[in-house]
Amino acid sequence: MTFNAAALLLLIAGLALIGWIAGRQRSNLLAGRAGTKLHSRPQYHGWYVALWLFAPAALFLAVWSSVSPGLITNEVLASEAAESLPAFGFERGAILSDARSVAQGKQDAVRLPAAAPLVEPYAAAAHKYAWIGIAAMLALALAGGLYAFTRIKPDFRARTRVERIVMAVLLLASLVAILTTFGIVLSLLFESIRFFQLVSPMELLFGTNWAPQSGAPVDDTFGGIPLFWGTVLIGAIIAMIVAIPIGMMTAVYLTQYAAPVVRRWVKPILEILAGVPTVVYGYFAALTVAPALREFAVMLGIPNASTESALAAGIVMGVMIIPFVSSMADDSINAVPQAMRDGSLALGATPNETIRQVLIPAALPGVMGGILLAVSRAIGETMIVVMAAGLSANMTANPFASVTTVTAQIVKLLTGDQEFDSAKTLAAFALGLVLFIVTLLLNIAALRIVKKYREAYE
Amino acid sequence: MTQDDLIIADPKMRAQGVNVFYGDKQAINDVSIDVGTDLVTAFIGPSGCGKSTFLRSLNRMNDTVASAKVTGRIELDGEDIYAPSMDVVQLRARVGMVFQKPNPFPKSIYDNVGYGPRIHGLAPSKADLDVIVERALVRAGLWDEVKDRLLESGTALSGGQQQRLCIARAIAVDPEVILMDEPCSALDPIATAKIEELIHELRGKYAIVIVTHNMQQAARVSQRTAFFHLGTLVEYGKTTDIFTNPKQERTKDYITGRYG
Repeated sequence: MTFNAAALLLLIAGLALIGWIAGRQRSNLLAGRAGTKLHSRPQYHGWYVALWLFAPAALFLAVWSSVSPGLITNEVLASEAAESLPAFGFERGAILSDARSVAQGKQDAVRLPAAAPLVEPYAAAAHKYAWIGIAAMLALALAGGLYAFTRIKPDFRARTRVERIVMAVLLLASLVAILTTFGIVLSLLFESIRFFQLVSPMELLFGTNWAPQSGAPVDDTFGGIPLFWGTVLIGAIIAMIVAIPIGMMTAVYLTQYAAPVVRRWVKPILEILAGVPTVVYGYFAALTVAPALREFAVMLGIPNASTESALAAGIVMGVMIIPFVSSMADDSINAVPQAMRDGSLALGATPNETIRQVLIPAALPGVMGGILLAVSRAIGETMIVVMAAGLSANMTANPFASVTTVTAQIVKLLTGDQEFDSAKTLAAFALGLVLFIVTLLLNIAALRIVKKYREAYE
Repeated sequence: MTQDDLIIADPKMRAQGVNVFYGDKQAINDVSIDVGTDLVTAFIGPSGCGKSTFLRSLNRMNDTVASAKVTGRIELDGEDIYAPSMDVVQLRARVGMVFQKPNPFPKSIYDNVGYGPRIHGLAPSKADLDVIVERALVRAGLWDEVKDRLLESGTALSGGQQQRLCIARAIAVDPEVILMDEPCSALDPIATAKIEELIHELRGKYAIVIVTHNMQQAARVSQRTAFFHLGTLVEYGKTTDIFTNPKQERTKDYITGRYG
């Protein structure tokens, strides 16, 4: 007898169905007998019983699935056969997992001789806990179901109860994303604190030499400034020089000049462009744009021209951001009331003057918010810079030279064989934390601006 | 309708056989009317009767509606405003417009008024613009209230002040005709009284056409009144005649509150 969570879930779902039918029947029956009307329609009584039957049992199942393996292992370790096991360490874990595999029937025979005596206790413990789990679960399901079943009366407010439970489920669903974010932040924070015990935050934020080595932390090798500069150069300068004018002009064309037919075609195409996987942009940057730019730079006689350049990554990133900027600008320009446009045209302004002097200034706060969001996306973007910007931490304003970014360095620090507790690996979490805080602040600022702007016209 | 009793000696604008269509729907049906220089002309009629539509065809604001089509002839000083040779930008500089809801630009009070003169190149220097802005604000009766805060945003003013700012904005480009599309419908009675007073003062300097729902207002501010119903011009005449002695049954029913 093994403990199969999926099968058990099906079992209690089946029980819940029976409970639903029973609850529904009983409510009808009681109402008929008492000769009164039900407060809630019969199916709500059914749902009430079904939920009481299913929810506590399912919750128990989830908890038991995660707790029981530990209980089983403890039981095995307490047995006589476990006394000969080696002390804590890799070997001990391997023997235990070998015995577990055989006991669960995943493997025909033990691979490690030391595991053989453990198979029998393992199987016995698993059997025992499976029965305990199943019995407890069924007891809970039946208790819940019976409790609900006995509460059914014609005037029982089953609908209110069911709706309250549904609301609680919806609330839980919305909490999942929030709690996950919270968890991510906490894990980033803890790993970063471990890093900052080895390297001071001032060093990371203001140091200018980035050359992390495996092994013991070396002074002056975790200076983040070259990475921050590279990130700003690519994401906030070059990409925005490309994306802002082109995105704005696209939005102006689409909102003011384009015939409805053109708008109907161009807008969806732009939106598709926003859905291209960034890795595709990445190899476009690395294989097409970067070599072309290098040849161009060599032709101009620019020194340090590299096949991996800030310019290639920045331009392609800018192209990637264009749909984003144009769609935000489009929304902002459209949100400017028609009365504003009419007012300007009625004074004898041309459409061009109206756009430049009235519409764009009026839409500017919204556009600014959009640009901040675009910057926050650009600096968090990874694939393009990993593939096209390079990994050498240079502090240079020469866009044809290779620079590196925070995200590219995080990838470099965490890929390949790494010891997980060296300063080098932990640095990735600290960089991630810095990136997270910066993008968070940008997003908050952007949302505030956009919100304030919306209020101005409502 | 008869032309004999109309005393429009010197028409500023003249419409003849004007039809306006929105797609397949005809909003204005064969309207002919003269708008006198130095007079205030009121367009009255129930909602949806086409008076605003007709007003907007007088400075070609209907051009901004893709489905709108205007036929017939509308003249400004004898010149066909729908002729290919007519520059719509210059037309709108000569025929200004004030809208139903105050729509100041989200700029300073100064820049709101200076906007028109700037784009038309009326003010070669900052000093010239200062003079134009002050004169327009004085004429619009707003100068005393805003002279100390010209650089504050126009949208921060009260509704009535905003509407007078919009009138100042229209005056600043020195138009010949000012079209007002229910300029008081979004304002309280006190602000309304100020706008009406302003219309009195502006009379004689510009030809003014005002669309209004409020018959007392039409009676107070205008010298000529046109009654529109279901896209047609039912009756046009001196305001006193329209309100005291209407010739058409429909006009009489409307002004006595039988419908509309």
